[in-house]
Amino acid sequence: MIAEFGLAALWMAAALAGLQMLAGFASLRGEDEEALGTLVGRSRLSVLRAVKAALSRGDGDDILAALVRPAAVLQALLCALSFAALLLLFIRTDLSVALVAQNSHSAKPFIFKLAGTWGNHEGSMLLWVTVMALAGGLIGLLERRLPERTMLATLAAQAFVGLGFYAFLLISSNPFERLPEPAAEGMGLNPLLQDMGLAFHPPTLYFGYVGLSIAFSFAVGALLTRQVTPDFAKVMRPWVLGAWIFLTLGITAGSYWAYYELGWGGWWFWDPVENASLMPWLAATALLHSASVLASRDALRAWTVMLGVVAFSMSMIGTFLVRSGILTSVHAFAVDPERGTFILALLALYIGGALLLFAVRAGTISEGERFSVMSREGALVVNNVALSAILGIVLLGTLYPLLTEAFGVRVSVGPPYFNPVGAIFFLPMLAVLCVGPLLRWRRDSFERIRKPVVAVAVVALAVLAGVYFAAGIALLPLLGMTMAAAVAVASVMPLRGRSLRRLPLPVWGMVIAHFGMAVGLFGMAADSAFSREKLVAAQVGETVEDGPWRVTLVAVEPVAGPNWTALEATLHASYQGGAPHVVHPQARSFWTPPQETSEAALLTRWNGQLYTVIGGEAEGGRWQLRLWWKPFVTWIWYGGILIGFGGLLALIGRLAGDLRRRSAQAQIALRKGPAA
Amino acid sequence: MTWLRWILLALVAGLFGLFAYMLTQPKDEFVESAMVGKPMPAFDLPAAVADRPGLSSADLADGQPKLLNVFASWCVPCAAEAPNLARLEASGANIVAVAIRDRPEDVAAFLAAYGNPFSRIGKDDISAVQLSIGSSGVPETFVIDGRGVIRYQHIGDIRDSDVSVLLAELREAGA
Amino acid sequence: MRLFLALLVALAAPAAAQDLLPPAPYAYRQIADPALEAKAQALMETLRCLKCQSQSIADSDAPMAGDMRHQVRSRIAGGEDPEAVRAWLVERYGDYVSYKPAMSATTWPLFAIPLVLLAVVALILRRRLGRAK
Repeated sequence: MIAEFGLAALWMAAALAGLQMLAGFASLRGEDEEALGTLVGRSRLSVLRAVKAALSRGDGDDILAALVRPAAVLQALLCALSFAALLLLFIRTDLSVALVAQNSHSAKPFIFKLAGTWGNHEGSMLLWVTVMALAGGLIGLLERRLPERTMLATLAAQAFVGLGFYAFLLISSNPFERLPEPAAEGMGLNPLLQDMGLAFHPPTLYFGYVGLSIAFSFAVGALLTRQVTPDFAKVMRPWVLGAWIFLTLGITAGSYWAYYELGWGGWWFWDPVENASLMPWLAATALLHSASVLASRDALRAWTVMLGVVAFSMSMIGTFLVRSGILTSVHAFAVDPERGTFILALLALYIGGALLLFAVRAGTISEGERFSVMSREGALVVNNVALSAILGIVLLGTLYPLLTEAFGVRVSVGPPYFNPVGAIFFLPMLAVLCVGPLLRWRRDSFERIRKPVVAVAVVALAVLAGVYFAAGIALLPLLGMTMAAAVAVASVMPLRGRSLRRLPLPVWGMVIAHFGMAVGLFGMAADSAFSREKLVAAQVGETVEDGPWRVTLVAVEPVAGPNWTALEATLHASYQGGAPHVVHPQARSFWTPPQETSEAALLTRWNGQLYTVIGGEAEGGRWQLRLWWKPFVTWIWYGGILIGFGGLLALIGRLAGDLRRRSAQAQIALRKGPAA
Repeated sequence: MTWLRWILLALVAGLFGLFAYMLTQPKDEFVESAMVGKPMPAFDLPAAVADRPGLSSADLADGQPKLLNVFASWCVPCAAEAPNLARLEASGANIVAVAIRDRPEDVAAFLAAYGNPFSRIGKDDISAVQLSIGSSGVPETFVIDGRGVIRYQHIGDIRDSDVSVLLAELREAGA
Repeated sequence: MRLFLALLVALAAPAAAQDLLPPAPYAYRQIADPALEAKAQALMETLRCLKCQSQSIADSDAPMAGDMRHQVRSRIAGGEDPEAVRAWLVERYGDYVSYKPAMSATTWPLFAIPLVLLAVVALILRRRLGRAK
């Protein structure tokens, strides 16, 4: 019953999306309609016109326009119900449903049964459409600050994109399919996914990644109704910020999960799936900054719209790459070229359509005058361009092996390419980041900011020289640490001479987010430069030294868990001769499906982590022990959290400010009275 | 810079074309050796079992073209290809082998169960020879000519249709 | 206790094809000289494990990855230059085995395009930034 209910809800949600799209597009007028033709195609346009003619009441659009928002809200509700149905099926381990039988197991701990809902292709696609529907529903319910026709066009675009994914789900990836006979037992969830971090990483990532669909829809809506204005930027910004925060936290969580779960202490490998989550983030970050220029100076219109389209396009391309099987990755999902073809068709329709619309309409978006080099908007242009270039590099490196494979040659592109080539654009961008937030809009002078800039430069040079002579590390980590120090100092400079209690939240948000970048970068550089590894075949009772740590292997014992058995080592680790801490790394064996994982045990200090792994048995009754002392590695994720937190402060600040303004306006209207 | 927008569109169209094309291609799982056409590197492996001598690079440069089979007793497809190896030997091919990461008793048991078409079997406990010829898994079969040059690589187990191909390559190597 | 542990380990091992021989000597042993080990580690992080989906040989427990680590470490311990070891592997497996793409007829766009991007960036900035009115 639940499965059928879920499927029915999904069909109804899809139908509502169709209604939302038709009604929204049909309410467009005149030339906006012509532009719509570019987006959806001439033949469909004539269908829309026919629908409109049939439904309109002479004076036009009332019925249709009135339907759009309720349709969006209802669609969100139904889709959420459908997803709830799938959740329930997994929680109850309903083995008559094919998806549950393939991906779950009655012996799975509850929380991981829950996580199993999205730990597979169909379930995660259902999560995708649910997030899209929720985003559309929230906008339909709450957002009224733009001209109504733009809002309707936006909601229509959102439904247009959603429909394709509904079709994908319902036609080729039905999550609610029943088995002819209920299975005796499930085939079990991948043991690598049986982890709290990973359980909640996909939803966080999806709220970000798929949440960027509203940036896409806003951009299309604004293009269609020629409303690429400062208001458009102000309205779009909090929505994009919300998605961006989730994406930042999702990527951070994913990186930390890979770090401690995969057993080797690596936190980023420029793997295609990792890049698939980074590219939308890069575009969204550029979009946020670009939107602030559009909001303040009514400039960078084309850039902002383009970035809105690019951000979600990257999300869609990412999901294509992950699910089609054309790229090799540790993270790859269901490998199915047929599904890949479907998604590619959707990509061509949406991205192609949006770009075509942009190319046709963008001529009418005037670009505005030049910016002064010494100005806030000048710095933001550099930021935009640098982030876009980095996005291009990541895309190039990710797709290049695919390109050569088409010609029969196989190459691998990994960290030795991405790190230095990315740095070419990233490091100068950071230098501009040191100066940008201090500059005023329109035109500023270097004299005014000379003192803080010199202070930053002095710190940078001091760190550069200090680290170089004290530690003699490689160039890239050295530059990374230098710029991290520079950005750390520069990010708090905007607080100079201002009352900290009266400072608007968005400014605090900016300061903290930029400071978080510095913290994260420092962690990355430190880990790269100062990590110390120790591999030993240790006997029980033996002590090993790794950097400032002395680690003793005290015991190795078998233990059992709900669906695994393991060899657990007991280690006593003492830092610089201090009191010993006890850790228990494990080598685990799951039985459904049979797989071995390594559960690293971590000891965290403020200045780094001791990463311990127990491997297999070596000769002579010894045990493979792997130890890493990773100075400041945790700062990588603290930095990510700070960036997300900064975004959150900015979001709260803007929403609060907006509420205050609206209530003030309402008060003024009240005071003026009905006669005004 | 309006032309930039059209370039972007063209690039995206090209990208989707690439995606579409790659979707039609079968997944290329195998890593081919880059040593085809180059001489066998020098090596000298001890015997893997009692009743066959070991294998060295000198044995492969003795004037007679040979098939080199890289196998292991723990490799399931190696058992599957045993009948075809026997057919190749019966057709006159001289097949030598390298046993990867295998204990002598396991190799002996494998050969007893599936037949022994090899004239020599080298024992490669740390995959050194396998790595030196660019082989990335088991089973693989190489055609080596009389001067010790690698002429052809067949990845995966030898199917019925592959037997004639290998014989033809062997003949060509001898010519 | 030892027997129980051995039994547990044996039961826990997957039934799929795996060899029974111990890892190669340098698969899980570091070179005694820390400077050489650091060079070896840096190289291993950029070499691809051929039996894995997408991991370096430094990040994989596959036996072949261990054998490749053995080759890398024994050669570097013997005095070979890391790039020579990389070249040795590339000579056997092609560019696929190295995560560091080398400039060649097939990879030149990887290096040319960033330069083009730099030029485009410079062009855009020149058009956008200047004396404001």
